Amino acid sequence: MTIPLDPSLAPPGTRNFRDAGGIPADKWHADQNGETLVPTHCCFCGVQCGMYLRVDKGGKVFGVEPRNHDINRMRLCPKGINAYQQVNHPDRLTAPLMRRSRDEEFREVSWDEALDFTVSEIKRIQSAYGNDAFGLLGGASLFSEKTYLVGKFARIALKSKHVDYNGRLCMVSAAGANKLAFGIDRAGNPFSDILLTDCLLIAGSNVGECFPVMTQYLWGARDRGASLIVIDPRETAIARTADIHVALKPGTDAAFFNAVLHVIVKENLTDEDFLAAHCTGWDEVKAKVAEYTPERAAEICGIPASQVVQVARTFAAADKAMAWHARGIEHHSQGVENCLTVINLCAATGNIGKPGAGYGTITGQGNGQGGREHGQKSDLLPGGRSILNEEHRRQICEIWGIEESELPTAGTSMMEMIWQMQRREIRGLIGICNNPFVSLPNYAVVKDGYDTAEFHAQFDFFLSETAANAHVVFPVTTWAEDEGVMANAEARVVKHNKAQEPPAGVRTDTWVICELARRLGAGDKFAFPDSRSVFEELRVASAGTVNDYYGITYERLEETGGIAWPCPSTDHPGTPRLFEDGRTYHPDGTIHMQVVDWHAPMDPYDDDHPMSLTTGRTVAHFLSGNQTRRLGGLVEQTPRPWVEVHPSHGFKSGDPVRVVTRRGSEVFPALVTEAIRPDTVFIPYHWPVPTAANALTIDALDPRSKIPEYKVCACRIEAADRIDEVPAPPTAPGHQAYPETQVSRTDPLPPTSPQGRGTADRS
Amino acid sequence: MMGKTIFIDPGRCIGCQACVSACRECDSHRGKSMIHLDYTDPGQSVASLPTVCMHCEDPVAPCAEVCPADAILITADGVVQQADTTRCIGCSNCVNACPFGVPKIDLQAKLQMKCNLCYDRTAYGLAPMCATVCPTGALFYGTLEELQAERPGVQVADSFAFGDVVVKTGVAMVVPADKVQWPVPGGLPVVEVNGVDVR
Ligand code: SF4
Ligand code: SF4
Repeated sequence: MTIPLDPSLAPPGTRNFRDAGGIPADKWHADQNGETLVPTHCCFCGVQCGMYLRVDKGGKVFGVEPRNHDINRMRLCPKGINAYQQVNHPDRLTAPLMRRSRDEEFREVSWDEALDFTVSEIKRIQSAYGNDAFGLLGGASLFSEKTYLVGKFARIALKSKHVDYNGRLCMVSAAGANKLAFGIDRAGNPFSDILLTDCLLIAGSNVGECFPVMTQYLWGARDRGASLIVIDPRETAIARTADIHVALKPGTDAAFFNAVLHVIVKENLTDEDFLAAHCTGWDEVKAKVAEYTPERAAEICGIPASQVVQVARTFAAADKAMAWHARGIEHHSQGVENCLTVINLCAATGNIGKPGAGYGTITGQGNGQGGREHGQKSDLLPGGRSILNEEHRRQICEIWGIEESELPTAGTSMMEMIWQMQRREIRGLIGICNNPFVSLPNYAVVKDGYDTAEFHAQFDFFLSETAANAHVVFPVTTWAEDEGVMANAEARVVKHNKAQEPPAGVRTDTWVICELARRLGAGDKFAFPDSRSVFEELRVASAGTVNDYYGITYERLEETGGIAWPCPSTDHPGTPRLFEDGRTYHPDGTIHMQVVDWHAPMDPYDDDHPMSLTTGRTVAHFLSGNQTRRLGGLVEQTPRPWVEVHPSHGFKSGDPVRVVTRRGSEVFPALVTEAIRPDTVFIPYHWPVPTAANALTIDALDPRSKIPEYKVCACRIEAADRIDEVPAPPTAPGHQAYPETQVSRTDPLPPTSPQGRGTADRS
Repeated sequence: MMGKTIFIDPGRCIGCQACVSACRECDSHRGKSMIHLDYTDPGQSVASLPTVCMHCEDPVAPCAEVCPADAILITADGVVQQADTTRCIGCSNCVNACPFGVPKIDLQAKLQMKCNLCYDRTAYGLAPMCATVCPTGALFYGTLEELQAERPGVQVADSFAFGDVVVKTGVAMVVPADKVQWPVPGGLPVVEVNGVDVR
């Protein structure tokens, strides 16, 4: 399926592209070899690039072919290109694994045995300690249909309030801020609006590595003369070419943005007409930012005061300006507030709801956006309804056919659930498609929480570090073996298609969830034969809410290549850009501007811990690396983590450097570079202990979004004598680790320097 | 000037290596990438740039010139093909002759492999794999006119200086406007051979 493109909105270099799908059958090798191209999307980040999976005559996925979808116009990053390799990977789990205690080895068992044991453990724990003693942790890499099922399963089959998901670690701060300010939880503009802007501000987002395919929109804006402002403690690939790169100290974003607004007010650069017509709370915000002079910000943020003024003037002078942010400002104990200061900036300059003007958050996980919209988050019901709102509860109970008294109330967040496991308040857990052993902060606490749990089951298609700790592991399908929808960072709902049959022994997550529900006595509420039937219920369950999916159907998605919600009826075109009528989703239709006061990060600096540790991604790996650390090409590109340090510390690249925080210490090879602040070090987080950045990070949470403060903690660095080896990814008994992925795990540095930050020494 | 070819714009490169991964997927040398990703100033900058086969025009394809088996063919449109499997003897002459370090030898197969501008794809109107996927347009496939239509004022150079030798190539590089008349420095000047100063 080729999607008609609007040539005026094509990123650079894509205008004359055509994809292999449009070539007549006798011309293209694909057809000559009898292979087929199945249109679908990448399973990884929130860009959701369109791709074709190449399927051979025998029905097996064996390759990838670029697809001219208007999100990515054939562009793909290395993760997308290599993703197909996991479908028929030798590490795939193909039979349920089980053991009765963690002292035993896993053995392969029948589906019946694994399901029976799981259900008997759920019943045992719940009858002894109450329903809420059993929890469920979902994932934002699941199709939206499955996230809907996870929420429904927890509340109806498990009858527990404890359900949350790993999107909690992703964009919930932005979601919280957007809800507070606009009454709607999503980005305001489509990616293509970036091509129309005059000034692009990127805060806390290493776009080049984390959302590579978005870069083409950035460069497209630059071709039109747009200025680029990047706020990041590191000089990333996009910061390198920015007009202004503000390398502020981690954890000081709110002070910086308040000061920028301070200058805008002082220099009369605000859009008073817009403020008067569309905003409330401006007077209070104005009074607060008056306290944040550029000099004060300069001191807090460790930057020149002149940069604050420069950013303010550049952003405010632009006819149309946009601000996009990501985890860099969201992973903080004031993550919601950081996002609110960016919203204040856009609102005060009238940059909301117009082509080329607006705000957006870039989702890390493929379905980080859609993953919470339909009830997987502890406080949300389908359609983004609140589980604490009487009216919302009543509506959902009616759709689900249960009494309101049967619907549990709000549970706690992912990290809080781990603390509850430590305290034995939660004694059993099912994890679906997540890997907290790598992804949560403060590993020692996470491990302790899981070890304390009496029963733990995990759904996955590879044996993750977390699954390796479980009692039961259910082997489930990859994205290429089922169909379903995801919502990308633009809130564009796209459809993934099935490219091959699952291997023998593997079931879909939908089947496993429904089967567990049946065995728990709730089968009548979970009679879903496939994704489509779940989607039909999801559509109805979301009708009339802000997150309205009612008008979206599988057929329409295939026809259009994606529809942005809200989409209330089947003849509605969807809503790629919000607030075009000047109204937000609050009942009064205004933007609720919020006062923010900066506070220091939760882990205080002292003489023992004088520096900041910050963490992030590399382009070759995705999240906890459970998938990408098994793919040869990606492992070769970035086989291990490192610590980025400024030359002023006297290390040479490759030297073993111990990073010590209040939670632990680990040794990484140094990558000496001037692309980082002297008072800050950076470690990519995709690896398990003893090379896990998250053994060092702090489990402090934002009080509103409950997102962990991954992006800053206090540390010190010291010379060490040896570098810790990266462990191979766990595999099921009888499976050998895939030899191709074993390259260079012990080498001190990647064969090619990650992102050019350089292995060479300057001395 | 040139027909459809690849333009390399190092200013846009984010070092993601999508091109490297994509090249590995290409049917003509599946499993092996023919692209190098180079870092210009490691330790100080994150700058990077890809090297694909430059399809040298003058002197015409040094790799082909030195091939004793006549295995490297050059098509009428200037594409320097990879070695013909029936002719290549795996002697590595081409590897040594290429000023850009492009051809690779599969020692087991005794076969040279190199970028052939995705002849299998371009023949059907598709762009080469690397330029198709490159998320930034650092690798652009098209004509100079198409490039300039999209990036007003962009300037390119298609000659590279290796010491005193200038090589004119079929693949071009985006350069600052004031550098168009100058060959792009293609490598460090040779100052020493076996310990002897040859300046
Ligand atoms: S990981 Fe993200 S940017 Fe890369 S191909 Fe997949 S969706 Fe596109
Ligand atoms: S794909 Fe493009 S941006 Fe990425 S390394 Fe290659 S040339 Fe650079």
